[in-house]
Amino acid sequence: MPNMRLDKNPMPSQPADERKRNFNEVALGYTKEQAMDEAARCLNCKNKPCVGGCPVRIYIPEFLEKVKEGEFEEAYKIISRTSSLPAVCGRVCPQETQCEQKCVRGIKGEPVAIGRLERFVADYHNKQGEKLEPVEGGKHKVAVVGSGPAGLSCAATLAKLGYKVTVFEALHKAGGVLVYGIPEFRLPKSIVEKEIDGLAELGVDIETDTVIGKTLTIDELFEDGYEAVFIGSGAGLPRFMGIPGENLKGVYSANEYLTRINLMKAFKEDGTTPVMHSKKVAVVGGGNVAMDAARCAMRMGAEHVYIVYRRSENELPARKEEVEHAKEEGIEFKLLNNPTAILSDDNGNVRAMTCVEMELGEPDASGRRRPVEKKGSEFDLDVDCVIIAIGTSPNPLIKSTTEGLDTETWGGIKTFGEGGQTSREGVFAGGDAVTGAATVILAMGAGRDAAAAIDKYIKEKSEQ
Amino acid sequence: MYKILKKEILNPTVTKMTVEAPRVAAKAKAGQFIILRAEENGERIPLTIAGYDRDAGSVEIIFQIVGATTMKLGTLNEGDCIPDFVGPLGRETEIDGLKKVAVVGGGVGCAIALPVARALHEAGAEVHSIVGFRTRDLVILEDDFRAVSEKFEMMTDDGSYGKKGLVTDALKALIESGEKYDRVITIGPLIMMKFVCRLTEQYGIKTIVSMNPIMIDGTGMCGGCRLTVGGKTKFACVDGPDFDGHEVDFDEAMARAQMYREFEGKEREKECNLLKNAQL
Repeated sequence: MPNMRLDKNPMPSQPADERKRNFNEVALGYTKEQAMDEAARCLNCKNKPCVGGCPVRIYIPEFLEKVKEGEFEEAYKIISRTSSLPAVCGRVCPQETQCEQKCVRGIKGEPVAIGRLERFVADYHNKQGEKLEPVEGGKHKVAVVGSGPAGLSCAATLAKLGYKVTVFEALHKAGGVLVYGIPEFRLPKSIVEKEIDGLAELGVDIETDTVIGKTLTIDELFEDGYEAVFIGSGAGLPRFMGIPGENLKGVYSANEYLTRINLMKAFKEDGTTPVMHSKKVAVVGGGNVAMDAARCAMRMGAEHVYIVYRRSENELPARKEEVEHAKEEGIEFKLLNNPTAILSDDNGNVRAMTCVEMELGEPDASGRRRPVEKKGSEFDLDVDCVIIAIGTSPNPLIKSTTEGLDTETWGGIKTFGEGGQTSREGVFAGGDAVTGAATVILAMGAGRDAAAAIDKYIKEKSEQ
Repeated sequence: MYKILKKEILNPTVTKMTVEAPRVAAKAKAGQFIILRAEENGERIPLTIAGYDRDAGSVEIIFQIVGATTMKLGTLNEGDCIPDFVGPLGRETEIDGLKKVAVVGGGVGCAIALPVARALHEAGAEVHSIVGFRTRDLVILEDDFRAVSEKFEMMTDDGSYGKKGLVTDALKALIESGEKYDRVITIGPLIMMKFVCRLTEQYGIKTIVSMNPIMIDGTGMCGGCRLTVGGKTKFACVDGPDFDGHEVDFDEAMARAQMYREFEGKEREKECNLLKNAQL
């Protein structure tokens, strides 16, 4: 008999008052007992709607069944058939709009906590840790550009198929957005390292400090004997609003602020990279990146942290759990407000940000109601730091050095069909470089699909 | 890891290193830069490429000890390794079609001006080099500049070497004497580049400056190196580092360069104390 409790087993987590001043992980994870109890809430429906909600089609009811029975390692094997980074996805996927949204238990009560269980299973496996073995083969070389979710997933899938994969990373550390963007308290870096170590065990080489498009070009990779290239170079250049005062001291892009803190460890006593310890911080934007930046600012010692977003709470693109966590930690939401200028003191430091109140009008192209300014509602928000988290535009480095690689007018790499085939033979792409800023799981899905397409491409070519 | 093949002390605060980095050397062009970390967990700093040898697979960097990272870098010796050394980044300096150019360097900026002067010279342009230093003890690369320049002017603030005065004095004198430059390329402290640009604006000579703002990744990802050029926000790492000097908002760039001054002072002191203790 399934467990018919209406709500999820709550996630044990650090109390809000404590965690808002430290960088340790917020959610602590289920115990074995909690996990088994939660998994028993699954009705094991015949048509498995949850699987349809998962971008990488994890066999959800099957793995939940194993968790219910306490067969955690078996559950892990089922998950890893389709997902390469379960410990990461269990933490950062927006389950409420994916698998859990489709869960039948959610109609009356809360859905099964699929994300939390995925995390539990992956953490359990990582603690027990069976080592992975490289797969024999390795005659065909494939290059993967970028070591974020798309690249890692593509590399892992190809390595398991027996390809000799090299991942090229521009930064000094592998992981992409998982190490420079998503903060420690949401995704501990030890977990990312573990996943990357797993890749190394599979025989994947990772070359850091290599900027494709600068240090090496795509064409040179082919000259070096790579038979196919996957581009998963990520979202790219931060956007700014184009309002006065954006280059004042104390204005950051979220990418810069998060990179200083997460990748360069500016939050640590012995960190050598500086970051401002501001007292009153405004974060502009309403996505996950905005929530991450706001919660980092709080942990860096700010007294007031505001999320300034031009639409209302319903339109916030961030994961629901992140919004809730942010609120619990005392982040103040200034919704239906749009910045119009950043004001300076006599020394070029941020003194305040002028905002105008907004109201929602007719739906726009995105389907969301368009925010319109309320005339004469301008006010100054007293802040000493502004972090802009309104998205990114594609990085031009690869496009400008790869002849024949077509891009969309907005700069994203054009792909054809499901496997990420680009306009260049042997070149595949996926993740934010193709879609613009999206989620970790979508990037992973794209990396995996591209791996399948690359496998097919190389096989067909070698048969000729 | 990137091995230091050679280390030369150019003056009490400026050091030249030749670093084994074949991939960077294979691609490097005058005006481009690299990003390095001097130690694990260290910060990432940009340094302009001062020279390269494609056959030997080596790249030269010249740096002034100003902060904790350059101080740490200065303690490394021949045979030691630099953990991270990425490049070549940024766009190369445009030299195509130039016939007669004044290259104006100030202080350690001369290290960056030299490869540009050399590239121009090799491309057959007439090069007039004007270099400025605070005082005689700080003079670097004089012979290298002379070797690639048709005219050479040495200026010091205190008159202890060459002529007493600023680089702008020398440039003005040359222009007034009838020299017709189709471009001025200037690299040095922001305040110097600002005044070179003010001068050349009066004469209508197109002037290129090389900007060296605070940077992290160097690939366009963080936007920390942004500056205003012609009223638009540009990223020095991917759009530059060279820009039309008459369009750069120097006052804003100077303010942004001061963003972490206090922190840098403290870090430098920490590093100094560590070095002192190590020597005891």
